[in-house]
Amino acid sequence: MLREISTLIKKEALIECRQKYAINGIILYLASAVFIAYLSFSSTRGVVSVEAWNALFWIIILFTAVNAVAKSFLLEKGDRILYYYSIASPEAIILSKIIYNTMLMIALGALGILFYSVVFGNEVVNHSLFLLNLALGSMGFAIIFTMISGIASKASNSGALMTILGFPVIAPVLLVLIRLSSESIAGAMSSPGKDLAVLAALNALAGTAAYLLFPYLWRS
Amino acid sequence: MKLFLKKHWWKTLSAILLIYVVVAGLLMDAPRLPILNETIRALYFHVPMWFGMIILLAISMVNAIMYLSSNNTNRDIYSMEFANTGVYLGILGIITGMIWAAFTWGSPWSSDPKQNGAAIGILIYLAYKVLRNSIPDEQRRARVSAVYNIFAFAALVPLLFILPRMTDSLHPGSGGNPGFNAYDLDNRMRMVFYPAVVGWTLFGIWLTSLRIRYRIVKSKFEES
Repeated sequence: MLREISTLIKKEALIECRQKYAINGIILYLASAVFIAYLSFSSTRGVVSVEAWNALFWIIILFTAVNAVAKSFLLEKGDRILYYYSIASPEAIILSKIIYNTMLMIALGALGILFYSVVFGNEVVNHSLFLLNLALGSMGFAIIFTMISGIASKASNSGALMTILGFPVIAPVLLVLIRLSSESIAGAMSSPGKDLAVLAALNALAGTAAYLLFPYLWRS
Repeated sequence: MKLFLKKHWWKTLSAILLIYVVVAGLLMDAPRLPILNETIRALYFHVPMWFGMIILLAISMVNAIMYLSSNNTNRDIYSMEFANTGVYLGILGIITGMIWAAFTWGSPWSSDPKQNGAAIGILIYLAYKVLRNSIPDEQRRARVSAVYNIFAFAALVPLLFILPRMTDSLHPGSGGNPGFNAYDLDNRMRMVFYPAVVGWTLFGIWLTSLRIRYRIVKSKFEES
């Protein structure tokens, strides 16, 4: 099982390296989203309040996540899926995709905060909390959107479905993320421990549900 | 389940309870509380809608699990129709809540965590319907939508029951203290409130059972 997973992760990374246009496209998407947001704000006043800074960052990461993770199943076409079906167990496939997408999202999140703080300035006070939050959030995005991408890939017009199905499901994770990150910005450490626990619990819940449900999805 | 749906006693019970709720809810004495005044009677209609919604959506989720383990097409129909009625009750719950909020909180939508959670919950199940409509193949539609149904329910539960408890809410029982007691739900009100919950839930099941029977008959016609 473990070997299966690590081989599949290597395969994901290899495909990513061979098709550089996909990852480059996502990075460019992130950069232009940050810049277009900056232009929209600077055309009027140029100053972004702390709340807006926070919400805007997560919205940009959210949209990047949808686009980055969507391809994990949408780009796999018929024959290849049949091939995986014959060589790997569904559990290994979903876990490998989730782990790979988590790493991808952590990288994109790090790049995102880098771009974002260059353009908008960095408001973060408690850096370790913010980074921990970013890592947990990347994991949540990866788990939920990988599963949703698997669901959407079974339907026609899957591109639009990906957002329709994904946004309401990601809402609880996003709400906790935004609150935690606002705590790391204001520096008011009310009770980040509790929120972090809730975020980890949400991830665990979504991960368990994805692990248990994916075999049924895979068979269809 | 099938036997239960064909019995009549619970339909009669639902009708009697609802007549009682409407008459007693509007005429019986209610506690006089500041701000709330007579709007406290909305409790008999607004809160049972949410109870009914949660119960029906949970039944829908259970049927989705049963579909995945049995591949019985009827389970898929059950699951879909319970979700439909659940959404219907949810929309009624939002409307009754907004009317109530307009009189007591000052505006129909005040970004209360429970209001937002409920709205997102309805979005989830509307997305479920869109998903169903975009898969033409019947077997695959049933399977994929059952998976989404269970996955979404797992996201809905923390949204409705855990997150509102963590922030300040205008609703009673939030921001730390769960429960209904903030409303001084005294014995007079309990006499109407609990029958209202049972009555509206049974009414929702009744409505669903009619639609399920219609669906099953329709699919039999299409086969022949």
